[in-house]
Parts: sequence; C-alpha cells; structure tokens
Amino acid sequence: MTYLYAAYAATWIIHLVYLGSVLIGYRRLQREIQDMARKKPR
Amino acid sequence: MTLALLSYALYEALVAAPTEQTMGDVQRIFYYHVPSAWTAFLLFLINFVASVYYLIRRSDRADIIALVSAEVGVVFCTVVLVTGPIWARPVWGIWWTWDVRLTTTLVLWLIYVAYLMLRRFSSGSQTPLVAAVLAVFGALDVPLVYFSIWYFRTQHPSPVIGKGGSLDPRMAHVLLINWAAFLCFAFLVCWSRYRLERVRRDVEETQALEALLEPRSVS
Repeated sequence: MTYLYAAYAATWIIHLVYLGSVLIGYRRLQREIQDMARKKPR
Repeated sequence: MTLALLSYALYEALVAAPTEQTMGDVQRIFYYHVPSAWTAFLLFLINFVASVYYLIRRSDRADIIALVSAEVGVVFCTVVLVTGPIWARPVWGIWWTWDVRLTTTLVLWLIYVAYLMLRRFSSGSQTPLVAAVLAVFGALDVPLVYFSIWYFRTQHPSPVIGKGGSLDPRMAHVLLINWAAFLCFAFLVCWSRYRLERVRRDVEETQALEALLEPRSVS
C-alpha cells in the first residue's frame, strides 16, 4: 500500500508544482500590467 | 466538473476497482500510470500537428498551442517516469532497467525538456522555427515508445487493452474513467496556460513598442 500511496501522492505533487509555477507566472504578468498602466501618461 | 470527475476517478481507482490477483493493491498505480502516458502521447501529437502547421503558415496561435501542449505533455510524462519505477520496485524488485520501453520514454522526456529549454532560454526571432523543427523530429520517438512493446522483447508488460489485451472489463472501465478525468484536467490546464501565454506575448509586444516610442535624450 505504501508504494500505491507514494505513486498517487507523487502524481499530484508533480501536477501541483506545475500549477504553482503557472500561478507564479500569472502573478508576475499581473504586476507587469499594473506597472505599465501606472507608467502610462494621462 | 473536472474536480468532481477527478475525485470520482480516484474513488473508482482506489476503492471500486477489483484487486488484481498477482500484484495486489499496488496494481492500482496502473490507473494513474497508463492514462498519464496516453495523455502525454496525445499532447505530444498535438505539439507535432501545431509545429507542422507553424512551419507551413507561421501562425502565432499554432506556436502557442505547440508550446503549451509540450509543457503539459512533459508534466504528464514526468508522472509516467515517476509512477513507473514506484510500481516496478515491488513487482520487479528493481526501480529501473534499461529496456526499450523505459529508455525510449526517458529519451522522449529529454527531447521535450530540451524543446522547453530552447523556448525558455533562446530569445531570437528564429526560436519558434527551430523549436518547431525539433518538435517534428522529437515526435518520431512517440510511435517508437508506443510500439516498442510490440516489436522488442521488453520487461514492460504487453498491452492489456485493445488487440491481444486481457483486461477485466471492470478494470477497463476504471481505466477509461481515469483517462477521461486526466484529459479534462489536461485540457483545463492547457487552456489556462494558452490564455496566459497570449497575454504575456501581448504585454511583451506593448513593452517593446513603448520602448521604441519613448523619447531619448540626445547627448
């Protein structure tokens, strides 16, 4: 059973790490868009 | 919906599916290992089609689809390469063996990791073109991985579904539910990543335009 749970846990850890990296990219992009909007001359 | 399907698939795999007689409960790794492999193959196929389309039409949309499918495909291929040895250890007594199926899968993973590194660290205007060519050659490894257990003597089990397969219908049902759940999940991740990449390119383009239009001081 240990191997079974290890495999299932590993699967979701891999997916969550990837989703986390996508989320970090999304946050960075959001900051860049905010910076651009702030710099824009009115 | 995807979350509900993934939860149902997990319940089916851990509880509802019958226990295999020889391997016992550890065989249930099969319900994550095999659908992950099929999903990775499908994503690499999408990457191949999008890359060929990019080479013909130079479409920006095809380039993004190729990038996103390769990225998510590598994630699923990583799952295959991690769950495989965890399953092999109690069944074969070893974590890894250099047989054809395992080695070609590792080579496939390395090819697409190289593809992603090329896209990440090269910023030239020819990068999408070079990446598309690499993807077309990389895709040649997919049929080699898939058919390796048909044409070579290998430690990896033979196909259990389709021609010559002898999988219990209840197990096949759970396998297909898990594949459907993984496909929905992969589609959702690809769609989010596609939108993110489009916005990122738009932002980069705007930044480049702004830099060009910025007044420069004359020395």
